[in-house]
Amino acid sequence: MSILTLFIIIPLLTIVGILFCKTDMQVKWVSVAGMGLQFINAIALILLFLAERRAGNIAEVLFVQDNLWYETLNIHFHVGVDGVSVAMIGLTSLVVFAGIFASWEIKDLHREFFTFLILLSSGVFGFFISLDLFTMFLFYELAVIPMYLLIGIWGSGPRHYSAMKLTLMLMGGSALIMLGLIGIYLNSAPNGGPLTWDIIKISKETLPMDMQRFLFPLLFVGFGVLGAMFPFHTWSPDGHASAPTAVSMLHAGVLMKLGGYGCYRVAVFLLPQAAHQVGWIFLILATIGVIYGAFGALWQKDLKYINAYSSVSHCGLVLFAILMFNQTAMNGAIMQMISHGIMTALFFALIGMIYGRTHTRYINEMGGLMKVMPFLSVAYVIAGLASLGLPGFSGFVAEMTIFVGAFQNADIFHRVVTIIAASSIVVTAVYILRVVGILLLGKIRNDEYEQLTDAKWYDKISVVSLILGITIIGVAPLWLSDMITGGLGPIVQKLLAAAPMMP
Amino acid sequence: MLIMRHELLLIVITVILLVVEIFLPNTRKRKIILPAILLMAAVTVIGFFPGTPGILFGGMYQSTQLSMLLKNILNVGVLIIFIQSVDWLKQDQNKEKISEFYLLMLSTLIGMNYMISSGNFLMFYLGLELATIPIAALAAYERFKEKSAEAGVKLIFISALSSGILLYGLSMIYGTTGTMYFADVAPLITGAPLQVLAFIFFFAGMAFKISLVPFHLWTADVYEGSPVNVASYLSVISKGAAVFIFTIILYTVFTKIAVLWSEVLYVIIILTITVGNLFAMRQQNLKRFLAFSSIAQAGFILLGIISQSQVGMTTVIYFVLVYIFSNLGAFGVVGIISNRTGKETINDYDGLYRTNPKLSLVMMLALFSLAGIPPLAGFFGKFFLFTAGAKQGYYILVLIALINTIISLYYYLLVIKAMFLNNSDQPIAYFKSDNYTRLGLILCVAGIVVIGFTSSVYELIYNLSFGLY
Repeated sequence: MSILTLFIIIPLLTIVGILFCKTDMQVKWVSVAGMGLQFINAIALILLFLAERRAGNIAEVLFVQDNLWYETLNIHFHVGVDGVSVAMIGLTSLVVFAGIFASWEIKDLHREFFTFLILLSSGVFGFFISLDLFTMFLFYELAVIPMYLLIGIWGSGPRHYSAMKLTLMLMGGSALIMLGLIGIYLNSAPNGGPLTWDIIKISKETLPMDMQRFLFPLLFVGFGVLGAMFPFHTWSPDGHASAPTAVSMLHAGVLMKLGGYGCYRVAVFLLPQAAHQVGWIFLILATIGVIYGAFGALWQKDLKYINAYSSVSHCGLVLFAILMFNQTAMNGAIMQMISHGIMTALFFALIGMIYGRTHTRYINEMGGLMKVMPFLSVAYVIAGLASLGLPGFSGFVAEMTIFVGAFQNADIFHRVVTIIAASSIVVTAVYILRVVGILLLGKIRNDEYEQLTDAKWYDKISVVSLILGITIIGVAPLWLSDMITGGLGPIVQKLLAAAPMMP
Repeated sequence: MLIMRHELLLIVITVILLVVEIFLPNTRKRKIILPAILLMAAVTVIGFFPGTPGILFGGMYQSTQLSMLLKNILNVGVLIIFIQSVDWLKQDQNKEKISEFYLLMLSTLIGMNYMISSGNFLMFYLGLELATIPIAALAAYERFKEKSAEAGVKLIFISALSSGILLYGLSMIYGTTGTMYFADVAPLITGAPLQVLAFIFFFAGMAFKISLVPFHLWTADVYEGSPVNVASYLSVISKGAAVFIFTIILYTVFTKIAVLWSEVLYVIIILTITVGNLFAMRQQNLKRFLAFSSIAQAGFILLGIISQSQVGMTTVIYFVLVYIFSNLGAFGVVGIISNRTGKETINDYDGLYRTNPKLSLVMMLALFSLAGIPPLAGFFGKFFLFTAGAKQGYYILVLIALINTIISLYYYLLVIKAMFLNNSDQPIAYFKSDNYTRLGLILCVAGIVVIGFTSSVYELIYNLSFGLY
């Protein structure tokens, strides 16, 4: 059994453990233990992976486990990781771990909350380790559906509406994905032989061009819905604003990355010719998303809405970078996913903690929080600076790489969209600093806030672990980018090989 | 005679129950419940022993490994319904006619078994009638309720009409080919206009039984009026058996006009799924809701048939199996709540999770399975159906079906929303289900959770299935 299978077994065992718990406190500690173990497992995986690579193992994917499941349809339980998926697994385990602590003060139905949360995370882990399109899709939907109950039961505001909207839009995306995957499967052996769901095997083939042109938009839009691609992003602000803290963290931090990862791993990797042909349409949409999200964040008054729109902007940047089809930009895309994942999780965790104390999320009603809760405020500033791409934090590394890579495409079209997208950095700085100014600085507007407490120990664990993540990547990005570069090798080669077929 | 094992065993236990019924005094009719369930369980278990395929009555009756499997699937479903209906049968107004319920249900099951094993259109028709008429009596079982009586009458009229149409079609087949044996008819189907007409009549007759749009209008009324357990029987067993024989006849008899019937199916699938879903969205009564949802599900099943391949047939059978467990789970919950509180609308379920968490969880699993959410069995069923449909190049059709799964997810979520999200001033109070109901629901949940992961079920069906080519 490969170490990767543990990533599915540990959450399931944790859920079983939760079901046997008697008190709410036990539920929390079992969740902490389970997800802590998962986190350690992820670190072990990263170390093992780096060790293998250093030892000269150049296989495309490592830690492979392959069991036949449905013989007739050639469905396997096939797991394995390359540098990119290892990075994503590291991100997920960090955010989930922090999320457990961030939901320490959940009010109602503890057992159910943590069960659904961990079930969701197991879907995410399963998605990142899968090399078989069928199981990949299975885990994808498993990650989406608990969201309905998590937002609907424990959310705030118009939670019923948001939960339904989010679920239906995401499942609408997954319907497109399902057809796309079935289409890939049915055309996976253009030169004869058995059909397969195996990503690695399919990537060695060239699918028929007319099918590619049909399937690529399905898959890119389908995954793009979860990646908050304009104009399919509308679930994101409502959903994030209504979701409870840990769910916002997990959703913006990790689940939206499923979209980006899917676009990259399935749509672009398996259908490179079509990606070259019709990618420009989605590039325009992604660019609009980057700008639109940034300006949207500028107008909002609700902290969660600000952050949700900022996520639309940042995730648009991920798709933007993927569609640049070169090594540097793609490297940046993955870095951006990791960086944004941690950073936005930190934002949502902080917003949740602030909201838990002030009971409002409208920035105009708050002010001077720096004096009342210095720890949370400083953390918020750090998150903000990371978000606007200050050197020393992860955001800078990611955005820099993306724009350098994007500028390598020398034609006018790519240059123009790059310049437009790059201008979003300025807008980002404006809305981040505006929030910091109104929310944290100045004088305290509400006398009752004087009594508020600063972060508790569990808040601190959550926040500090995330800040550490941002800083480590910001200060020492090379090990990460090397790891990612190795994983990106095959896909970039494939794209280069496909490029001459451009019209 | 072992060739007819399934039917003979069912006849034996029917006779046993009939004799026991005669000697039971009116006050002690409840004593028959446990023996009935045990006998049915024994029959179900024996059915799984390997049997000998063979032909009887000069080919009118044919038993194959496939038909034995299909009968076993139906047996399992009926066993679960037997278990689920105990709570309802024990109610005072039903206590005098408990055995009628079993006798009528067993006789329809016998009819279905003959229908599945038929090798001749006459035998097929005989089985179909035996499978239909007793259900009408069952639908009118709660005769003191106006709606139940109405449901019975509606069902008998509709069945008579559809049987008439079907029989007319069969007579045309006989007229053009001179034989009624499947094997002899098949090569003589040439696509002559009269045969096309015959096929259309045959199709319409079957469409009534499977409740495909536009022949679905009886479904919701009958389901609403009938007792819950009868409605669940109609929606899974009766429909499942009809789907099985429909597939077999399309694949063995009408092979030569496959181009024609796949076009018909194409249109019918779109209509059935869309209309079923759109109407399901607007329902408040859960029985009507499940009725329309089962219409939509029938449309999905046809996606497997239109695939015309071995994989297609496999997925049809597989999906029906999954559907039996999922739908019986949902009907089981609706049934027990209806028995104990008389509440049947979605709004009544507000806040159910707070008072009856286990029932809500079963209902959620069942509905998610119907909606095709992983890792439940329904997901595998739907995914394989879509794969089978797309394999034949019906990408657009599959896309339409996929869009419809989103609509269906919406209305399944409405029920889940009522149970989990909504709060109510007067939720359904906590009650303790009896052990039979629990056992029934546990069986359903086990099926929903396990079937998807055990690929051997699928492989078993695949090895027994066949396609057009």
